[in-house]
Amino acid sequence: MSETVGFWLVALATLAAGIQVVRGQNLIRAVLWLALSLLGTAVLYAMLQAPFLAGVQVLTYIGGVVTLLVFGVMVTGRHQGGPIVADSIEPVRGLLVAGGLFVLLAGATLTSDLGVANAPRVPTTAQLGASLLVEHLVAFELLSVLLLAAIVGAVVIARRADPDPATRREPGALAALRTRASRP
Amino acid sequence: MTLTTCLLLAIALFCTGLYGLLTRRHAIAMLLSIELMANAANLSFASMAYFRGGGGQTFVLFALAITVAEVAVGLALILLMYRRYGDTVLDLASEAQR
Repeated sequence: MSETVGFWLVALATLAAGIQVVRGQNLIRAVLWLALSLLGTAVLYAMLQAPFLAGVQVLTYIGGVVTLLVFGVMVTGRHQGGPIVADSIEPVRGLLVAGGLFVLLAGATLTSDLGVANAPRVPTTAQLGASLLVEHLVAFELLSVLLLAAIVGAVVIARRADPDPATRREPGALAALRTRASRP
Repeated sequence: MTLTTCLLLAIALFCTGLYGLLTRRHAIAMLLSIELMANAANLSFASMAYFRGGGGQTFVLFALAITVAEVAVGLALILLMYRRYGDTVLDLASEAQR
């Protein structure tokens, strides 16, 4: 009973936070609502007996991704004291498509046979680690290569500044070099 | 808490993200919507793993790592777009390109 009440509370909070992410006008607040939605999902993972997933979700998503997104908003916004506006266009069209997909998927879920409810066999963290590093070792190593490529790619992309049309160099690059060279 | 309610919640979250992706104009807001959708997919995998067994949790771990990489590259691209066109609203950036 208490589990059901808790599930519905967390589920409603997660969904409400998600709706705020796509509806709000203030971009920073949208990022923080996303953090709340991700935290709600972490709680749901814990309720689904996936404590390792819940911990990873909090560490990488709320600790890493949300921080990264806040920095992204800060770096790319023109700050004049006011909030960074994130507006929406054509809400009716979006509602039509998203609502239509929801009706379609929910109808399919409700009408289809989801299989027999056998006793759930949830892996422990040790089994999860073994499955990751023994059974799926190749995928794991490929993933590490992907992450390395993503990090290097992100640095390379973000470092490239717009060149000055006259000198074909980064704006201020020459001046910075001269200042550094003239320093004793 | 049944499999159906968990899946319905995941579907609702996914459609919320889809709505945001379709209606937002700001690039970072669109990235937020994509995060919401990826999160919903992960939730459906985790609930399937709980109610029916199988390797859903391992898959969620892989998906998490890929999403993190995607956010890093996406934010770098948005930063580059901001430097080049002076805006992160996609319509305005494509106007400035012409």
